[in-house]
Amino acid sequence: MTLHRLPTSVLGVLGLLALVLLWHLVTAAGLVSKAFLPSPAATVDALVWGFRKGDLIGQLAATTLRMLNGWLLASIGAIALGSLIGISPTARVYLRPTLAFARSLPASAVIPIAISLVGLGGSMVLGVIVFGSVWPTLLATVQGFANVEPRLKDVAQVLRLSRLAYVGKIGLPNAVPDILAGMRLSLTIALILAVIGEMLSGQAGLGSAILLAARAFRAPDLYAGLVLLGLVGFLSSYGLVCAERRATRWRQAATR
Amino acid sequence: MRAWRGGIVPVVLLALAEIGFRLRAGPSDSLAPPSRAIAALLSILGDGSLLFGSAQTLGSLLAGLALGSLAGLGAGIVLASSELLRRLSFLSIEMLRPIPSVALLPLSLLIFGFGYGMEIAVIAFATFWPSLILSHSAVGQIEPRLMEVARLLRLSRWQTAAKIILPAAAPRLMTALRLAAGLALVVAVTAEIVSNPQGLGHDLMIAQETLRPERMFAVLFWVGLIGWGKNAALLRLERWLFAHRGDVDTSIAA
Repeated sequence: MTLHRLPTSVLGVLGLLALVLLWHLVTAAGLVSKAFLPSPAATVDALVWGFRKGDLIGQLAATTLRMLNGWLLASIGAIALGSLIGISPTARVYLRPTLAFARSLPASAVIPIAISLVGLGGSMVLGVIVFGSVWPTLLATVQGFANVEPRLKDVAQVLRLSRLAYVGKIGLPNAVPDILAGMRLSLTIALILAVIGEMLSGQAGLGSAILLAARAFRAPDLYAGLVLLGLVGFLSSYGLVCAERRATRWRQAATR
Repeated sequence: MRAWRGGIVPVVLLALAEIGFRLRAGPSDSLAPPSRAIAALLSILGDGSLLFGSAQTLGSLLAGLALGSLAGLGAGIVLASSELLRRLSFLSIEMLRPIPSVALLPLSLLIFGFGYGMEIAVIAFATFWPSLILSHSAVGQIEPRLMEVARLLRLSRWQTAAKIILPAAAPRLMTALRLAAGLALVVAVTAEIVSNPQGLGHDLMIAQETLRPERMFAVLFWVGLIGWGKNAALLRLERWLFAHRGDVDTSIAA
């Protein structure tokens, strides 16, 4: 079969096109009500129209910025706190169960508390994003510090490195792969929480746009929002994978 | 490691919260001291409302998890057995997977209305992707010689799946199930908070809206307990089932 010889990227695009074609055929045949599944053409129309009017650009930017802000705040806090916990084995023993419990708490479950403390506003959404996306990076940082090669610790002792120098020269570089993997997970959570927060608080963004479109039975607009959210998720995690490869190149070179 | 040391931090924090609350004058609509939250927890445990909510949440969770992870497992095995299909579908999967499952809540509500259906559908969507990816990689990591054995014995596709692939990939599949179960709880509670009027998430939202912070904290603690207990139970099951193989992957203790 000649299909086998095509490069993977071409095959991937072919597969995606086949999926869209299937979507088109299903809607054209009227198998599913248009209220639930608009045709691909209607979705593209809604996208084009939304961008031309300027609504979608603003909503896209609002959600993306919310996600990035919360994620960055959470990452900085998580790496700082994680380093503090990570350099002390005693702190790890005392704090691990608490962290494990806090982490198993669904982040969305703190939304009611955040609402009653801060009120329905942008800062509530940001706070929930930070709270929810802090855990993966925090635990990954602690993990990265815990897995430092014992001989490197000996080296630090022989060189009489201060605690700060130990964090900067041995601890953090060693934890980079763990931290980046945690940050990737955190970013996914940040996007999810941004969407939930917008839905609940009515703050402008793709989350509230999707909710309003559904309430008004404007299915094409709803799907346009979903497509954009999928793109945001795809591009952000792809970007982080690239960054991860770049940041850990020295490590691959060293182990070769 | 002595277990009691892990308990000190939460106890101290709770005690500080209690003291802080006692020192501060006046009642609050948004916060409650731990003592009142504990009392509220006991009272809603006693009158059965908490167990009723938990049953609703866990019911949707189990149904959604079963649907999503079985479909993901099936798709993962199919993709692992056909190189062409895998290459055709990878881009579509990478485009569909990052759609936040909660963004589908309004759509699911439109299709199913309030009730179990909409929640189960979204949980199934959310758990499908990690199950697909993890079972695909689990099947991909099976010892190639085992597959050669299957070919040599001329096993049919079904027989290969049942007799070779599933047993060989079982430990990794169990890890995938544990991760998916964690995700399912998050999605279930979120669906109930955002739109579905049933279960623990809805209890949380009602407690907040009726200004009963002690009840809110009680339910929140309970949700955390469920998440933690479920994870611990699955981890233990995993170790018990596969300890003899010595290849349990506990590094992903989500």
